Amino acid sequence: MDFNLSKTENLFLQMIREFAEKEVKPLAAEIDEQERFPIETVEKMGKIGLMGIPIPTQYGGAGGTNMMYGMAVEELSRVCGTTGVVLSAHTSLCAAPILENGTEEQKMKYLPKLASGEWIGAFGLTEPNAGTDAAGQQTTAVLDGEEWVLNGSKIFITNGGYAHVYIIIAMTDKSLGTKGISAFIVEKGTPGFSIGKKEMKMGIRGSATTELIFENCRIPKDNLLGKIGGGFGIAMKTLDGGRIGIAAQALGIAQGAMDETVKYTRERKQFGRSISQFQNTQFQMADLETKVQAARLLVRSAHYKKDNGIPYSVDAAMAKLFCAETAMEVTTKAVQFHGGYGYTREYPVERMMRDAKITEIYEGTSEVQRMVIAGKLFKK
Amino acid sequence: MKIVVCIKQVPDTTEVKINPQTGTLIREGVPSIMNPDDKGGLELALQLKDKYNAHVTVITMGLPQAEDILREALAMGVDRAILLTDRKLGGADTLATSNALAGALRNIEHDLIITGRQAIDGDTAQVGPQIAEHLDLPQVSYLESMEYDGNKTFTIRKQTEEGYQILEVDAPCLVTVLAPAFKARYMNVNGIVNAYNREVEVWGADKIDVADEKIGKAGSPTSVAKAFPKSLKPAGEQYEVDAEQAVGIIVSKLKEKFII
Amino acid sequence: MDTTQYKDVYVFCEQREGAVQSVAVELLGKARELADTLNEKVVAILLGKNITDKAQSLIAAGADKVLVVDNDLLKDYTTEPYTQAITQIINEQKPSILMIGATTIGRDLGPRLSARVCTGLTADCTKLEIGENRELLMTRPAFGGNLMATIVCKDHRPQMSTVRPGVMKKMTADNSRQGEIVEYPINFNQEKIARVRLVKTVKEDKGLVDISEAKILVSGGRGMGTKEGFEKLEELAGVLNAQVSSSRACVDAGVIDHSRQVGQTGKTVRPDLYIACGISGAIQHLAGMEESEFIVAINKDKFAPIFNVADVGIVGDANKIIPMLTERLKGMME
Repeated sequence: MDFNLSKTENLFLQMIREFAEKEVKPLAAEIDEQERFPIETVEKMGKIGLMGIPIPTQYGGAGGTNMMYGMAVEELSRVCGTTGVVLSAHTSLCAAPILENGTEEQKMKYLPKLASGEWIGAFGLTEPNAGTDAAGQQTTAVLDGEEWVLNGSKIFITNGGYAHVYIIIAMTDKSLGTKGISAFIVEKGTPGFSIGKKEMKMGIRGSATTELIFENCRIPKDNLLGKIGGGFGIAMKTLDGGRIGIAAQALGIAQGAMDETVKYTRERKQFGRSISQFQNTQFQMADLETKVQAARLLVRSAHYKKDNGIPYSVDAAMAKLFCAETAMEVTTKAVQFHGGYGYTREYPVERMMRDAKITEIYEGTSEVQRMVIAGKLFKK
Repeated sequence: MKIVVCIKQVPDTTEVKINPQTGTLIREGVPSIMNPDDKGGLELALQLKDKYNAHVTVITMGLPQAEDILREALAMGVDRAILLTDRKLGGADTLATSNALAGALRNIEHDLIITGRQAIDGDTAQVGPQIAEHLDLPQVSYLESMEYDGNKTFTIRKQTEEGYQILEVDAPCLVTVLAPAFKARYMNVNGIVNAYNREVEVWGADKIDVADEKIGKAGSPTSVAKAFPKSLKPAGEQYEVDAEQAVGIIVSKLKEKFII
Repeated sequence: MDTTQYKDVYVFCEQREGAVQSVAVELLGKARELADTLNEKVVAILLGKNITDKAQSLIAAGADKVLVVDNDLLKDYTTEPYTQAITQIINEQKPSILMIGATTIGRDLGPRLSARVCTGLTADCTKLEIGENRELLMTRPAFGGNLMATIVCKDHRPQMSTVRPGVMKKMTADNSRQGEIVEYPINFNQEKIARVRLVKTVKEDKGLVDISEAKILVSGGRGMGTKEGFEKLEELAGVLNAQVSSSRACVDAGVIDHSRQVGQTGKTVRPDLYIACGISGAIQHLAGMEESEFIVAINKDKFAPIFNVADVGIVGDANKIIPMLTERLKGMME
């Protein structure tokens, strides 16, 4: 593995940094304050190919790598955690499972519009009684002639309401346990499918997090994604990919907090010198910088494996666990370094600390990541 | 329509710092970027490409690493990229630079040549009009917007201090563009993926037909006699006085500085 | 090239709608000084239509001689006829120095001309002086103003430079000065001129103010943060011919439009004078204005970071000081 970025990746980094700085950063505080979905940013991202980075060009994508996609999520999250997760959920949780499991017809129908940003994607797995224990699905799908009939509800769905395409995990045969779970593609506007309550959240407040309700929602038979009974596998594999996305989001938030803190501690003077000159600041910041760089290497190594067809699910779990906890530590200390100002909305570290917390929870809590890692460790 | 855009790689002068101890320029770690006005010009060209299916070539003269901005231009959507680089071209002032570029442009088909108004490292705004003169093309500088009749005439809005002018110009011609008038598009992700698989033509001085005494240091009428840092600011003074006295202090300081 | 054949200091005197631009008068003042050092003459070039009556004012401003070209083609500026006229004058008169105002016109004309007569041109000079060998030393900022460079044009003539309006000081007009006014005939090449047609010239109120272009900014922060507070700043700005800008706090509070915000999420400004009123000086704000030429800060908190970058720091209430300052300046202007 080459630890240097390629020329192409460097060019990409130049673009995404400029995009983040000019288009995303100016909106970050506003969309947080107003709990507003940054729809205009999604349009801009779609126009330049950011909504379909790892989608092959034959499906209208940019033909890039997962490595580039991870860099995009990191750089967007560096200035705005919300925008990072909008892209992550769209790409990892919707476009990727269609690309990996869809029929040619499904890919041709959905991927070009997802890649162009005309459609936004979402993923529905979590239910009131099936969170970390994903196998406890209560949403059902029953085949009735040429249609599947869905009943039940999903909660905490990122991009809910704004997405046009939803990957929905539902029980097709309860007697088979996880082998009775299947995945479906449900389009916005399908009769019987409605958006429920929107959550009021601590962080990533610009991202829409909603309930999805299915009441005798009928979708074509062909909207089954993968095989009947293959849904649990699809969900787990999708989450493996998604976790690297969330790891990249957490990494970006951590890096953003580092940027702010370096700047602030350089300028802020106490007792006649800038606080960056105090050894306490220097030592703590050195530790945090080291962790952020370690986190970045975990993210990149996981994406490297994914891009090269090497199994990566444990790598994804490690990346997410470490990045999320690093983000929480860095942002908490960033607020501390900012003192009273850090606790106000005048400075972005307050928002970053709130945004960081969710990365330890969604797409598998830190505890779940530890289970995955330990499972591998103690496997015979 | 064939368009050629001249672009330049420049140090990002907003990142240039002065060493406070020695007073010298710190150029290490200063990123190189595509000159902003040139990027505006590139955007104009790409808009004309979108609208009239124009063919867009970019050319830059500089060191081999100027290839970076050509890759960027490719990722933004240009059709052809040329790097004009040769030791013989080094040390050029604006006149010698314009001679070299004009020499290259003679060998590239063009109905319209676009340059940025000025480069942020020199701020001279000279190379565009000088190229136009060498090629005997009409010029319009400070372009804000442009219409094309699809045949031979451009209608151009030019910025002036008081407002603007509308000018009609026959093709072929040269225009210089203001960055704020054209918000440059971002590189497209697919364009980035392909940028390094595409060709950048590398031209040496032998590819242009201009006499050696007109290019490089030899072809430069002007030279830098000396360079020195701008004098540094002394530390300010703070006054804790009543309002009346404060007004007096401010007024006298402003007078001292000829501001009022 | 035999540079000794070239003499005298020429100034292109720009006119618009028949009015000589003040930059021309500024340049004549500087030209006078240079010519006196060289013991040569100052020659003004005046191009336009029905402008001969303006020639005398150029003599009062420092010229010894005025070359007037009065022609329909020169009524409004376009590149080609102006370039043709001055090229012919240069070729026939052989000036040693030619100065041009760095307006949109001068910055269009200068390089075209320099390429046609094949000489060097130094843009936006802030200092012009005569060197040991009677050469013109042209000093200008480089690298975005981070560095100054002195440029010479050793073996080519004329030595051409442009100078921005407001940089050189005018001479006091001396109406008793005597000089020569010459109508100068030019042979125009019409065919080349016809390639560009001026359709119309429009003057407009540019509406949205670009604070980054302002020479003087009166800026308000949290300490001024009400509509009433900003009215006080507007009044001061009116007297100083300045623009009003702001820190982020007041933009967020809806007191002033985002286009006037200075700082990291707003604009970077570098005016000649920045008056910070009730601005504490958050890092984000300082990043956008610390390069200003002269900074006056007024703030109640004597430890406010704005004072670290201020040339003059006043510990006090801007709400009280600003109206008094406005009144004082008003009085002085009258």
